[in-house]
Amino acid sequence: MEIERRPAGQAPTDFRIRQLRAKDLLAGNLEGDDLQRHVEESIITTTLDKAVAWARGNAMFPATFGLACCAIEMMSIVAARVDVARFGFEAFRASPRQADLLILSGRVSIKMAPIVRRIWDQMLEPKWSIAMGACSSSMGVFNNYAIVPADKFMPVAVHVPGCPPRPEALMHGILKLRQQIVTGPDAGWRERYEAIGTEEIVMLPQTTGDARA
Amino acid sequence: MSTTDYDHRQVEESITMAPLGRQVSENVHDELLTLNFGPHHPATHGVLRILVTLEGEVVRDLEPIIGYVHTGIEKTAEDKSYWKAIPVMERMDYLAYYFNAMAFCGAVETLAEVEVPKRAQYLRVIHMELNRIMSHLVWLGTSCLDLGAISMFWYGFRERERILDLFEQSSGQRMHTRYIQVGGVIEDIPLGFEEKLRQFIAVMPERVDQYEALLDRNEIVLQRLRHTCAVDAQTLLDLGVTGPLLRAAGVPWDLRKATPYSSYDDFDFKVPVGTIGDNYDRFAVRLKEMRQSVRIIEQAIDGLPEGPWITDDRKVALPPRHELATSMEALIHHFKLVTEGFRVPPGEVYYPIEGPRGEYGVFLRSDGSSKPARVHMRDPSFVNLQATKAMVQDSYIADLIATLAMMDPVLGGIDR
Amino acid sequence: MPDATGLELLAQEIGEPALGTLHFRGKGTLIVDPGSIRGVLQTLKGKGFEFLSSVHGVDYYPEEPRLGVHYELIDMDKVDRICVKLRVGTDAPNVPSVTPDWPGANHQEREVFDMFGVVFDGHPNMRRILMPEDYEGHPQRRDFPIGGEPVLFTADEAKGDAYTMDV
Repeated sequence: MEIERRPAGQAPTDFRIRQLRAKDLLAGNLEGDDLQRHVEESIITTTLDKAVAWARGNAMFPATFGLACCAIEMMSIVAARVDVARFGFEAFRASPRQADLLILSGRVSIKMAPIVRRIWDQMLEPKWSIAMGACSSSMGVFNNYAIVPADKFMPVAVHVPGCPPRPEALMHGILKLRQQIVTGPDAGWRERYEAIGTEEIVMLPQTTGDARA
Repeated sequence: MSTTDYDHRQVEESITMAPLGRQVSENVHDELLTLNFGPHHPATHGVLRILVTLEGEVVRDLEPIIGYVHTGIEKTAEDKSYWKAIPVMERMDYLAYYFNAMAFCGAVETLAEVEVPKRAQYLRVIHMELNRIMSHLVWLGTSCLDLGAISMFWYGFRERERILDLFEQSSGQRMHTRYIQVGGVIEDIPLGFEEKLRQFIAVMPERVDQYEALLDRNEIVLQRLRHTCAVDAQTLLDLGVTGPLLRAAGVPWDLRKATPYSSYDDFDFKVPVGTIGDNYDRFAVRLKEMRQSVRIIEQAIDGLPEGPWITDDRKVALPPRHELATSMEALIHHFKLVTEGFRVPPGEVYYPIEGPRGEYGVFLRSDGSSKPARVHMRDPSFVNLQATKAMVQDSYIADLIATLAMMDPVLGGIDR
Repeated sequence: MPDATGLELLAQEIGEPALGTLHFRGKGTLIVDPGSIRGVLQTLKGKGFEFLSSVHGVDYYPEEPRLGVHYELIDMDKVDRICVKLRVGTDAPNVPSVTPDWPGANHQEREVFDMFGVVFDGHPNMRRILMPEDYEGHPQRRDFPIGGEPVLFTADEAKGDAYTMDV
């Protein structure tokens, strides 16, 4: 039988030892240094922001927003081969009020652009968007009168290139976004994109004449 | 059943409790509600907007509004040389990209009188039938998703992944593969493709059996699809409907049999035809078409002839790379083809083929230059959409959803 | 496809509206006078061409008359196709609509109107179908600019134009 020498302070990798310690903790038998060490090893402490960011990143609800060919590859990530459910994103919500990720998959025509913008506005903070494919990022294959690149009317966090991007590529884009969310606690998209001054002032049709941003 | 005697906008803007214009029922307290479906809607198969006028849950009038994914593809293709227009044309109906490319290349070949070698024709047939199966699988998955049979989505996409693996093996891309070129196909199939294809066609009929076992006798599927939204053949013919919708109504019109192109007459296959033309028939016709496509693929791969995979006419097709090192002519041809492209004699042709949704016809006009002067795709979904109103008139709104699913509209083709 | 002689006989039967015939790459085409298109299609329907498969437009710029409309017909019993073409100029782009006889031409004629500006008289719903309702211009005409965004090259990026909107 080999004797393993380990520097002090490291978590014992032996499951039995940890189990016995945990039993001791529950029975109230651990004290002092033992207790301190056990708590540090087995409980994760963090700030509330980071915890919330971690939770947000791991449970995003994408909105069902398939426009064109990229939508088929977006459906492929829900399918069994590139399974997006293992990251927690399989709950595609049809209602924008319940979604927090808008995957713009496909070409945005000039007729559709105001509608995309309206859906984006209806989504509640915090929200992110991924421009999937070449057409939504930058008009793609079609440089003509009928298409608008998404950056012209809404903020986009991640652009995934491809025509259409492989499901693995879209997965990579989503995971990159998740990394952004988890490492940087969200502050709302206006601050994130320094979009001060883009608020729409709506005059209420009333005698008070209030301006509301 | 005259529903065209009042203005839609008037109906939309005046939702009051008073009966509007015409009496739809004896009860004067009934109102007509005009509801807007889409364009962002989970059940409309893309960005389709429908204005439905409802009386309770019964659809009294319906107007589809399209154009939300209009990409100006036809105009873009006018700006590019024939070779470069193929990827642009492929992106029209995004589930039938081989068919889009085939229709366009067929039109160019007819106009330029380019002959396609036999091996290339067989390879085209193999890939087109694989694409047909793949399109029907996506249809099956998303339709059953609309009906509530959500697990079919995963089964359908599992098979689809196998087909996309085959596409990736032969052309490097999963979708929009640019495999079909003017004069043939871009490259011969690699080693291992035939083996993988045979494994696929060995497994596929069994899988279709599994889909049928799951859905054919399912009481919910039958109740939702059987005897719902049936339309007789003459109405569909007047509306210009083609494809599985027409065949479900009993008209055995399939361009692969009627005017065979690309060696389809070498293969022995049946064309499934429905009886009453209700939603169940549309569903069954497509399932059986998948089986027949497997038969075609099997015959094609068994009888695949040796030979070139693209025409020898170096004025139209790129010379193989190894020739560029030795032959000056090949180099000049390559240069001309890549920079300017080949010129097509002036004229106009219309080349129709049978795709998974019906007749894909490309109208091509050439003015003698290296760019097409007008490309138009007669897309089947665009014309089939006109039949929606005839189908769902006086049915429930749930039947509208089921019918849209069974109609298999692909908005990329509708809006182009 | 009706062969060349069959096509000539057909043209003779149609009589005055037929302005010409064309037999190209194995397919027959009738060129007709725009005002009589409904009558011509009804005659062809009587001859067995009962299925209207496609209605599409062409811009023959710079040749005049500039705008063309093509009707593709199929005879399903004899497995035959024929194409009927007509041309109108932009000064009077009116063509009688065939929608009352062929309901399948509804959306297709709207598309020809939207993209080329050919107005179909008698169409129940002559509005734009693919472009937004208030769009000006007919995009697929040959003199309509293709539009689009100028490509932002790296050298231009250095100038500080973050978007190509100023270009």
